[in-house]
Amino acid sequence: MSQPVLDVQGLSVNFRTSHGVVNAVEDLSFQIGEGETVAIVGESGSGKSTAALALLRLIPDPPGKIVSGSVRLDGTELLTLSESEIRHIRGFKIAMIFQDPMMALNPVYTIERQIGEVLQLHLGMSRRERLLEAIELLRLVGVPAPEERVQQYPHNLSGGMRQRVMIAMALACRPRLLIADEPTTALDVTVQAQVLDLIQGLKDKFGMAVMLITHDLGIVAETADRVVVMYTGRKVEEGSVTEIFDDLRHPYTRGLLGAAKWEEGDGDMLREIPGTVPSPFDMPTGCSFQPRCPLAEARCLSDRPGLETFAPGREVRCFIAGEARS
Amino acid sequence: MKRFHIFWFRFRRNRAAAGGAVVLAAILALAAFGPVLYDVDPFEMVGRPFMLPFDRYPLGTDVAGRDILAGIVHGARVSLMIGVLASVAATIVGVTFGAVAGYYGGKIDDILMRTTEFFLCIPSFVLAVVLVAIFQPDVVTVTIAIAVVSWPSVARLARGEFISHRDREYVLGCRAIGMPDWEIILLQIMPNALPPIIVVSSLMVATAILTESGLSFLGLSDPNLVSWGYMIGVARTVLRSAWWMAAIPGAMILITVLAINLVGEGLNDALNPKLRK
Repeated sequence: MSQPVLDVQGLSVNFRTSHGVVNAVEDLSFQIGEGETVAIVGESGSGKSTAALALLRLIPDPPGKIVSGSVRLDGTELLTLSESEIRHIRGFKIAMIFQDPMMALNPVYTIERQIGEVLQLHLGMSRRERLLEAIELLRLVGVPAPEERVQQYPHNLSGGMRQRVMIAMALACRPRLLIADEPTTALDVTVQAQVLDLIQGLKDKFGMAVMLITHDLGIVAETADRVVVMYTGRKVEEGSVTEIFDDLRHPYTRGLLGAAKWEEGDGDMLREIPGTVPSPFDMPTGCSFQPRCPLAEARCLSDRPGLETFAPGREVRCFIAGEARS
Repeated sequence: MKRFHIFWFRFRRNRAAAGGAVVLAAILALAAFGPVLYDVDPFEMVGRPFMLPFDRYPLGTDVAGRDILAGIVHGARVSLMIGVLASVAATIVGVTFGAVAGYYGGKIDDILMRTTEFFLCIPSFVLAVVLVAIFQPDVVTVTIAIAVVSWPSVARLARGEFISHRDREYVLGCRAIGMPDWEIILLQIMPNALPPIIVVSSLMVATAILTESGLSFLGLSDPNLVSWGYMIGVARTVLRSAWWMAAIPGAMILITVLAINLVGEGLNDALNPKLRK
C-alpha cells in the first residue's frame, strides 16, 4: 500500500472529570488507504466516536484533551494545525456524517441553504452556483425530484432522505476521508442497505477513504475491508474482514460475533457477553476485558497485554491470542 | 413566508391576544398621530385648574390648569418610546451575554453569569432610581437605566437556550464542516433560540413602561417631557379632591401594560415549540 490517506499513530484522548481523569482513547493506531473502508467496532463507551471526533479536533476541551499521538491526512499532521487551518480541513478534506439525521440538520433552514453553507465556506461559490450544485449533489445521492426537495425544510423529509442529504453535504467538497458515525443506526432496516450501498458506491467513485463506526457486525461484513475492534478505549484486534470473521483471535471479538449470530438451537435466547463494560473510573487490573473473559488466566489479572503483531495490519491485544483460535 | 402564515394563524386564533393587539395598535396610533391631531402644548396653562372632564376640555385640567388630554396624548409617545427602546437595548445586551456564556460554557460562562447575577440581586427599581439620580434625568439616561435593570433576565434565558442547543448534532455538524463559532452562534443557533426570547422581551416592554412611570412619579424623569407617570405624580397631592386626575393616566398605563401582556402571551402560544402541531 502506498501512503495511506489517514494515518493515526498512538492517539490518546483524556477527559478530566470531577471523579478523575478518564482515558477515553488510549494509544490508538490505524491507517486507512485510498478507496478503503475501515470499520471501527465496539460496544457503547468503547471510545470509537471519541476517536472519530478527535480526528477532526472536535473533542470539547475542557473537559476533553488530545494528550498524545499523531493524525496525518495525506501526510499533513492535523494535531498541530492552528484553529483556522483545522477549520479548513473540516468539511473540506474530512467530512463526517452522524448517527441521527433527524438531529443533524438545522430545523430552521432549507436544504439548499444547508448544503450551500459547505460550498460557500470552502469553495466560495455564488448563490446561483450553490443552488445548482446542491441540486446536483442531491441527484448524486439519489434524492428524487431534487429541484423541489432543495427548497424544503428538514421536517419535510423522511429519515432516509435526510441521511442522503447529510451524505450530499459531506460529499460537497469531495473529501479525502469520510467519517460515518453509525450512519444507519437511526434508519429502518430497508433503508439501511440503500444508504450503505450509496456510501460504498460514492467511495469507489471519488476514491475516498471511509471510516465506518458501527456496532452492527452485519454491516461490517458487507461493507468493510478491514476491521478495528475497540474495547475500553483500546484497540484489541485489527485485521481484514475475512480474518476477523474466519480467524478471530481476541475473546472479545468472539463475544461480539457470538452476540450477533443466531444459530439453530439458540431458541429464544439472545446470546450476550456476560457482564458490562467496566466503569472508566474503576478499571480492572491487568487486561480490561479480563472480568468478562471466559478464557482469563492468572496473568490476565495482573499484567496488561500489549498489542501483538502477527502480520502487517493483523494485530491482537491478548496473551492467549496464539492459542485462542476459533 | 409559510412559517409566518402558520404563526399568524395561531396568533389570530387566540382571542385575548388578538384583542390585545387591537388595543395596542390603537395606543400606538395615539402615540404616533395624537400629538399632530390634538396640537396642544401639554405644559401650557390653558384654563382654570381643576376643571372637570367634558367641561371645556375633554379630560379637564390639572392642578396647574394644563390640558390633561394633551398630557395623555404626548405622554403616550414618551412612555411607549422609552418602553420599547429600553427593551430592545436590554434584549441585545442580554442575548449577547447569554449566547456567549451558553455557547462557550466554562470560565467564560462563569464570568458572564456572575456579572449577570450581580445585577439580578440588586432590587431593580432601586438600581434604576440610583442610576437616574446619579446622571441627569433625561430620556436617554432613563432608557439606559431601565435597560440596565432589565437585561439580566434575558441573559439567563438566552444562556439556557444556547446550552440546550450547543450540544445538538446539527451544531456538531456545523463545526464538522468547518464553520466558525460566530457563524454558528449568530446564524445557526440564534434562529432556534429566538422565539422564547421574543416573548420575554415583548413582555419586558410592559415592565419597562411601569418602571418609567414609577421613575417619573418620583420626579426622576425628563423635566421637559410629559409622561403618564409624571401626571400621576403631579395629581398625587389632590387625590382626594380630584381623583380623576391620577385615574386617567393610571388607566392608560393599565390598559397599555395589559394589552402588551396579552400580545406577549399570544406570541408565546404561537411561537412555543412545545405547543406545535
